Amino acid sequence: MAKRKSTRGPLEYGKSPWLILFGIVTFIVLYAPIAQLIAFSFNDSKRNIVWRGFTTKYYAKAWNDASLVEAFVNSITIAVMCTVIATIIGTATALWLWRFRFPAKAAVEGVMALPIVIPEICMGVAVLVLYSRVGHWMRGFESGPIHWWNELFSIWPLNLGAITAAHVAFSFPFVAVVVRSRLAGFNREYEEASKDLGASEWQTFWNVVLPFMMPGVIAGALLSFTLSLDDFVITFFTAGPETNTFPVKVYSLVRRGVSPDINAASTVLIIITLVATIIAMRMQAPQKSEG
Amino acid sequence: MESWKQNKAVFWVTALPGVVWLLLFFLIPLALIWGMSFGEKTSIVDIEITGTLANYLRSFEAVYVKIIWKSIWISVISTAVCLAIAYPIAFGICFSPARWRPLLLLLVILPFWINLLIRTYALIAVFRTRGTLNFTLEWLWDLAFLDKLVGPYQPLELLYNNGAVIVGMVYVFMPFMVLPLYATIERLDRSYLEASLDLGASQWRTFFSVTVPLTMPGIVSGIILVFIPMLGMFLVPDLLGGTNAIMIGNVITDQFKAANDWPFGAALSFLLMYVTFAALAVRAFIGSRMKGGVGV
Amino acid sequence: MTKPIISIRNVTKRYPGVVAVDNVSFDIMPNEFFALLGPSGCGKTTLLRMIAGLETSGTGDIIVDDQNMEGVPANQRPVNMVFQSYAVFPHMTVRDNVAYGLKVTGVAAAERAPRVEEALEMVQLGSMADRKPDQLSGGQRQRVALARALVKRPKVLLLDEPLSALDAKLREHMQLELARLQQVIGITFIIVTHDQDEALSMADRIAVMEKGGVRQIAGPEELYEKPHSRFVADFIGKINLIDATVSGVSKSGVTCKAKGLGEVIVPHDGEASGNVSLAVRPEKLVLSAEPPASGSDISARGVIRDVAYYGDVSNVFVTCSDGLELAVNVQNDRAAAGLLENGREVYASWHPSDTLILQE
Repeated sequence: MAKRKSTRGPLEYGKSPWLILFGIVTFIVLYAPIAQLIAFSFNDSKRNIVWRGFTTKYYAKAWNDASLVEAFVNSITIAVMCTVIATIIGTATALWLWRFRFPAKAAVEGVMALPIVIPEICMGVAVLVLYSRVGHWMRGFESGPIHWWNELFSIWPLNLGAITAAHVAFSFPFVAVVVRSRLAGFNREYEEASKDLGASEWQTFWNVVLPFMMPGVIAGALLSFTLSLDDFVITFFTAGPETNTFPVKVYSLVRRGVSPDINAASTVLIIITLVATIIAMRMQAPQKSEG
Repeated sequence: MESWKQNKAVFWVTALPGVVWLLLFFLIPLALIWGMSFGEKTSIVDIEITGTLANYLRSFEAVYVKIIWKSIWISVISTAVCLAIAYPIAFGICFSPARWRPLLLLLVILPFWINLLIRTYALIAVFRTRGTLNFTLEWLWDLAFLDKLVGPYQPLELLYNNGAVIVGMVYVFMPFMVLPLYATIERLDRSYLEASLDLGASQWRTFFSVTVPLTMPGIVSGIILVFIPMLGMFLVPDLLGGTNAIMIGNVITDQFKAANDWPFGAALSFLLMYVTFAALAVRAFIGSRMKGGVGV
Repeated sequence: MTKPIISIRNVTKRYPGVVAVDNVSFDIMPNEFFALLGPSGCGKTTLLRMIAGLETSGTGDIIVDDQNMEGVPANQRPVNMVFQSYAVFPHMTVRDNVAYGLKVTGVAAAERAPRVEEALEMVQLGSMADRKPDQLSGGQRQRVALARALVKRPKVLLLDEPLSALDAKLREHMQLELARLQQVIGITFIIVTHDQDEALSMADRIAVMEKGGVRQIAGPEELYEKPHSRFVADFIGKINLIDATVSGVSKSGVTCKAKGLGEVIVPHDGEASGNVSLAVRPEKLVLSAEPPASGSDISARGVIRDVAYYGDVSNVFVTCSDGLELAVNVQNDRAAAGLLENGREVYASWHPSDTLILQE
């Protein structure tokens, strides 16, 4: 007689009710505070606790706050500049480490990974010290021939150059990691075939290697965009009074307490980063099936 | 992989941008601050590098030892809780139907991409005295008629203590822990688990004798990935811990932003760097020891 | 009559969209070396894993030594498995691997040690006991997997494609080794394989599976000489299959009209009607320059299209009339010397009793 056996397979842990429950609870705990933050940006109440009806007035309020908008524009500008530079440098670094064998390569790889692993605050204070030193040194030329230099770097967006440079320093190694993991799935015989068929070094790169690594490059670019936009610690140490970024501005507001216009501004930032992140992940997804 | 000598032009074109940038904006700053950690203040703005160890010795003063110790145990507990939550989550995702896995993984790590400051701020709204959690508890209290029996609900002071810092740390870093765990559990050959069961081991025995040892590289990576940033964390204790839950990160920030004692701040941040190097060495050691067996 | 050690009764296992095992029933006797043979995806591994308890939620009964395995988890079944990938734990030494199954079931250390040593000796790994698996070759790792399963003294040893990861020489050696071990230990072995040579050379009985079902269970010789279906005939060894239509059945045999052969009479015990296949092994065919002397032989005139030389034998392909293609195995002796040339006209003939009639 055939009987239906409903027992779970020995390795079907995904069907364990306890594990499912644990997962659901974890997801709720992860998302509830963020959901609440977004919800209360639309709540017509200063007290922030009870729902008093839908409003977008906090978005209007945030929009009319000149310093907040300026900080936001600064953040986006820095993120865009950082993305362009970090993507180029990161991609070059990935190609370099992927393609060449050279002495002390392991050590170089270790140093390249340092900005990823060391505590942010160490890098923040280090860059602060660097800029104060350079600033100190530059002031010596206040009346001298390099005077124009100081002038130049007080003009927007070049006054954001210092922050951008620091952002590039910690985000290009991430780009390099992403692009290199993409390149790891590249069959070098394609390259050899291209050269065998008469293509030059540059033609091979442009027609064969670059198209293959493009998803990795785009994913890396979006990653550096998000990293730059999200960075608080390093900017906190390098930003001057003229060069506030959005997270630093939000920090100064948060220290004063909870208010719905912070929620509104945060919601905008969340949406921007999430869109960039999801696109980046989409870009990386095909890598799995090919690799 | 070709030798760098075969194509020197391409070698230098690809090598220089990253190397120069890293040198200018990372290694030189680190060198500066490392030097400064052996320096002394000679005036308000001037610092002379004298080779003194006074800054490091100062961190052994009772007040700082206490803070360092607190930073360590808060980070250890938070890391442990992260692991305890992240392992089952990573495990569950690995053993869920294949078509769900990318979505579940995305759901876990998506919060990680939301600004840390914003996530911490979101927690304040939940835990403050007039926050959602207290509000919910009060509602339950009234629902159970405890307000009639015991008296009105007294809001819990959930913020501005060590507990809040730990909760904040776990909330902020847990998604980061899932990634390396997922990567190793995913790669774990399931026939090892089947072999263990087939040989008579129970599910728990299999978990502790086979699954955990074989996923150890992922566990170690996850611990290091989470522990180091926790140790240097400045935002979470600053916003959730108030004045009585200071960690090293806050002391460093103070030295640079308020107290203006840069050499001491430099020494403290290099203490963090030394811990980081030690942790990386531990990982490299465990990695090389596991290498032959697990192929990670 | 001895009782079967394993009874498979109406076992079915469905995955979404496929029936992996389709209502399979058979018995396996104690001390048998039993093979599940079939192409990939035929359900043989699923069936083996169901016996081990690693696949569940099927229907039907699996009875091991009079005990129904329903609801018995994998870790409590009296069977052990040698995995295709061997699954030798990489973080344990050879000795710890072999001891693992005893340790986790609470066998005391004092009893454990001699059993482990004995098992290691049995697979000739005594000198490697303290090595880690990454210091072993594939063949050695497989022997660890064997020792690890055998030390548990299972009632049945399950082997999932145990030889597929080994190179040809080692595979041949391990075939003999496995057969020897089975003789020495005297327990039932069930081996899953897609390699007919492996099954034929080692097993006492073979179940040929296709699309989740068992097509035929028989000893190697019977399976080769008397396949029941086109599938089994084609899967085991090489065979010529000739389309034919039955025109009459008499005492002397079945008369059919075969493609390229005309009317032939074939001795046959069973039923036969309609469209059938005449099956004849290539080694039963004889090539000759002249028509065969014996008038009773079935014979076809054709042209040699291709000769594949294998040293001791050659595989010759002959194109006959009506598009009939025949494969013939020819011993490379003196008689064959002048005959095997492309384009040469030959006669391929065989004895009617070497012909099987396979009903579709």
